[in-house]
Amino acid sequence: MANYDFAVVGGGLVGSAIAYGLCSSGHRVAVLDEGDVAYRASRGNFGLVWVQSKGLGMPNYSDWSQSSSRLWLELAPELKALTGIDVQHRRPGGVHLCHTEQDWLARRETLNRLAGQTQGSFRFEMLDHQALAALVPAIGGDVFGASWTEMDGHANPLYLLRALHAGIAHRGGHYLQGSAVRWVHRDGSGFRLKRDSGDVLCGSVILAAGLGNRGLAEQVGLEAPLAPNRGEVLITERVAPLLELPTTYLRQTGEGSLQIGDSHEDVGMNDGTRTAVLADIASRALRAFPRLKDVRIVRSWGALRVMTPDGCPIYQASETHPGAYLACCHSGVTLAAVHAKRLAPWISGSACPEEIIPLTAERFHVRVPETA
Amino acid sequence: MRTIPLAIIGAGPAGMAAAATAARYGLKPVLFDEQPAPGGQIYRALESTPLRRPELLGEDYWHGKSLVQALRDGAIDYRPGHTVWQLNRDGEVGLLAGDRAELIRAERIVLATGAQERPFPIPGWTLPGVMGAGAAQVLLKTSGVAAQAPLVLAGSGPLLYLVAAQYSRAGAAVAAILETTPRENFRHAAGHIGGAVKGWRYLRKGLSLLKELKRAGIRHEHQVTELHAEGNGRLQHVRWRTAARPDVWQQCDATTLLLHHGVVPNVQMTRALGGEHDWSEAQLCWCPRRDSLGRSDIEGFFIAGDGGGIGGAKSAALQGELAALAALASLDLLDDVALHRETAPRHRALASELAIRPFLDALYRPGDRWRRPADEVIVCRCEEVSAGEVRRVAKLGCSGPNQMKSFTRCGMGPCQGRLCGLTVSEILAEETGQSIEQTGYYRLRPPFKPITLGQMASAADGTDYGQRQQQGSTAVVTEKASS
Amino acid sequence: MFAYLKQPDARETVTIEFEGRALAVREGDTVAAALLASGVDIFRSTPVSESPRGPWCMMGGCFDCLLEIDGVPNRQGCQITVSEGMTVIRQQGARRISP
Ligand SMILES: Cc1cc2nc3c(=O)[nH]c(=O)nc-3n(C[C@H](O)[C@H](O)[C@H](O)COP(=O)(O)OP(=O)(O)OC[C@H]3O[C@@H](n4cnc5c(N)ncnc54)[C@H](O)[C@@H]3O)c2cc1C
Ligand SMILES: Cc1cc2nc3c(=O)[nH]c(=O)nc-3n(C[C@H](O)[C@H](O)[C@H](O)COP(=O)(O)OP(=O)(O)OC[C@H]3O[C@@H](n4cnc5c(N)ncnc54)[C@H](O)[C@@H]3O)c2cc1C
Ligand code: FES
Repeated sequence: MANYDFAVVGGGLVGSAIAYGLCSSGHRVAVLDEGDVAYRASRGNFGLVWVQSKGLGMPNYSDWSQSSSRLWLELAPELKALTGIDVQHRRPGGVHLCHTEQDWLARRETLNRLAGQTQGSFRFEMLDHQALAALVPAIGGDVFGASWTEMDGHANPLYLLRALHAGIAHRGGHYLQGSAVRWVHRDGSGFRLKRDSGDVLCGSVILAAGLGNRGLAEQVGLEAPLAPNRGEVLITERVAPLLELPTTYLRQTGEGSLQIGDSHEDVGMNDGTRTAVLADIASRALRAFPRLKDVRIVRSWGALRVMTPDGCPIYQASETHPGAYLACCHSGVTLAAVHAKRLAPWISGSACPEEIIPLTAERFHVRVPETA
Repeated sequence: MRTIPLAIIGAGPAGMAAAATAARYGLKPVLFDEQPAPGGQIYRALESTPLRRPELLGEDYWHGKSLVQALRDGAIDYRPGHTVWQLNRDGEVGLLAGDRAELIRAERIVLATGAQERPFPIPGWTLPGVMGAGAAQVLLKTSGVAAQAPLVLAGSGPLLYLVAAQYSRAGAAVAAILETTPRENFRHAAGHIGGAVKGWRYLRKGLSLLKELKRAGIRHEHQVTELHAEGNGRLQHVRWRTAARPDVWQQCDATTLLLHHGVVPNVQMTRALGGEHDWSEAQLCWCPRRDSLGRSDIEGFFIAGDGGGIGGAKSAALQGELAALAALASLDLLDDVALHRETAPRHRALASELAIRPFLDALYRPGDRWRRPADEVIVCRCEEVSAGEVRRVAKLGCSGPNQMKSFTRCGMGPCQGRLCGLTVSEILAEETGQSIEQTGYYRLRPPFKPITLGQMASAADGTDYGQRQQQGSTAVVTEKASS
Repeated sequence: MFAYLKQPDARETVTIEFEGRALAVREGDTVAAALLASGVDIFRSTPVSESPRGPWCMMGGCFDCLLEIDGVPNRQGCQITVSEGMTVIRQQGARRISP
């Protein structure tokens, strides 16, 4: 029976980044993942490393995202050096397009509030059409303007996942596909993880199973109030370089394809696509970039976001089951760098990063009204 | 969205026969095909081929005449030049005609999308000048265009010999046929000789083709074990080794190399619909699940012809008729008694048509080395990913094609895995020691054929925007910015 | 290298322009058939490594026959029928987007 210091349940971006971080300190680490076909947001996302508009009402989340944007500048070259994989991280700044003056004013108001809440750590600029066109020459004439921050960027999320897996292997960790964890039991001072293919023993267990955390968290005295939220994405044929800056819903990948998304749909555990939604996505892209009219779509997909009630992450150590941890978030690409470089050290014994102290699931109980 | 009772996709023998059968019962089916003219692969360009001398393309080709003519008498709504780019389980059919994208709904759908040539990954198979033998046959049938000497054909199977024979009848020179059939196949095929005797007509045809090639004096190399296409920027020569002379590389000049290892079902649609597929160890391909009447495991969908497993043109037509009958019955246009009366003789005919198959499958089964090529060979032509790269990610713990695809881009190009899917599943299964069923296949998604953003944007114009909003789908326009 | 068979062919001649050169081809041909019959074997270079490619399947499945036809890039030569005066050029690498 395999025995590890740390077992990470879930081999998506969150679990893999944490495991990669844990491996760096010489621990015996295993990642237990489901099979080839699974709900895996990490394989269906948009690839933004994004700070704009994160954390309204929860300024710590903005600071945490900003920290990740900075640490990405270390993570990407480190992965390249270790694994040879270029995850195509770029930080040219990013824009959120505002189609009308009304959108633009509302956006400014929101970001001003966020700047205030973060005591100025979050900085942004509002661009009028001309300023936007200077940054994004391909932009259509009808777009009113945009918000811009220098901290935004993007990466290839698939190469990131591959590089993390390769990095885990390089650092002596183990990635076990086809290892769905059915049950987590306490076993002495550690845990026993039940799989169809036999048990795994570990000192600590980190639940990073995306939507799968819902069933696992309560087994170790934690809660994961998550809901799936579907996003549909289009990808086009490769085109010659056109867009340097990513926008919130259209970016050009390192290969030259245009990636266009995304929708927000409440459809349960269904990661299909709907033509009506894809048509909306295409229409909106054409409103912003009319010259893309004859670019061909080669594929579309749907993927499920791992959504918490307030959109902010949940990180928590179990009180009833010491050694058990929970990590759930949307924005696993953005946060990959903090997960590897700040969250993992906390799990292996360092002090808790200040930004995440309020990010436990306890926050969802505060607002529950007392019944008489 | 307009709703029709019965849509048939594909105007090859299966789809044409299905349409004729439905029409016979008074239902006017709509038959969509992306090609400009009917016939599918075997009867391609039957109405317009410049090769009017019947003996050139052979009697099997002209056999399709009555099916093609039936499309022209008004009882069938035949829509050439209509590409199906999207399908879902609710019967939504996305069509592209010229520049126009459209959505319709069909209560019943017969999928008759046929087969494609099996991928044939060898060193140099991406060079201009290297092509499928079926592709060369398309050129011959539709345009009277033939490869000029020096031309080499390589591989195995009836279609390879047929193309060589059609070429030589048309007066085009064939320099050599490099036959890849391994010796042990003859022994394995002998085990199915009973079926071959039942299918004696096919056996006789095959033998007479081989005799015809011999008479034409075409050089025929046997038991080729290795094959390279080589040249600077385009094909210039072909090199090979045979089991008889394993130490000697032989070489000949060639400007065209036609490769063929049989055909395999086109599973783009059945995969995208999420139907079950079974691995056929005999035919070395995935077959969508269907019952003896062509009913798939997806409500309202029927599968006919080579798209469900390779049986050839006559079986395809019979299966088209059966699928149409099953569809009619499910629409209550045919009662059980009539259904049985109609299907029983067709089932008998089908069994006799298919009797030869196990023999042919065993005889022309491509050897392992042709299906799981060496590390340096490109398997994904679109993204130029090599077999070695696929093996490397398997060692990272990637157990199936989907994670492999996202790690390497293999299968992400415009062909959507048509030219690498089988190879990849077979390589991964070998590397991980899993069965091919456990390994699985790519998860496919629409569009089946690329469509432009402009066409996509207009695709849903028929549907009411407010209605879409109610169904909770237009949240796309409200920026949640939660990436 | 391909060519039209030497045999009677009742079809009309259609003239298309390929890379600035006039080609006499036959009505009803696909662009891919017409080019092959005119001795063209390289259709495009790939966006990945710029390696040369020509048609592989002739049935719309492989996307190796991509051409720029009448100013529209990345079109499948094997799926489009020739018309009088059509202009065709090779598809070199990734397509461009015109303003
Ligand atoms: C359409 C879309 C667009 C997005 N865009 C962005 C973006 O631009 N930027 C960004 O930062 N984020 C983006 N995201 C979010 C990002 O993809 C997710 O935050 C991230 O992938 C979540 O990673 P995860 O590892 O928690 O979950 P997942 O990727 O879902 O992985 C969970 C893993 O756990 C495994 N698992 C589940 N149950 C078990 C079990 N019982 N035992 C073992 N393993 C189990 C699953 O197989 C899976 O591999 C987007 C998401 C979507 C859907
Ligand atoms: C290149 C090639 C050449 C062949 N030549 C011969 C031969 O000479 N003799 C022989 O016996 N067998 C030949 N075969 C084998 C062939 O599979 C069968 O003989 C027979 O044609 C199968 O009939 P079918 O109706 O199942 O499919 P097909 O005849 O293949 O017809 C399928 C039809 O579906 C259409 N279609 C597919 N996808 C879409 C879409 N997305 N939208 C709209 N339409 C679509 C196609 O255009 C096609 O017309 C050939 C196969 C191939 C691939
Ligand atoms: S030659 Fe294969 S798509 Fe045109």
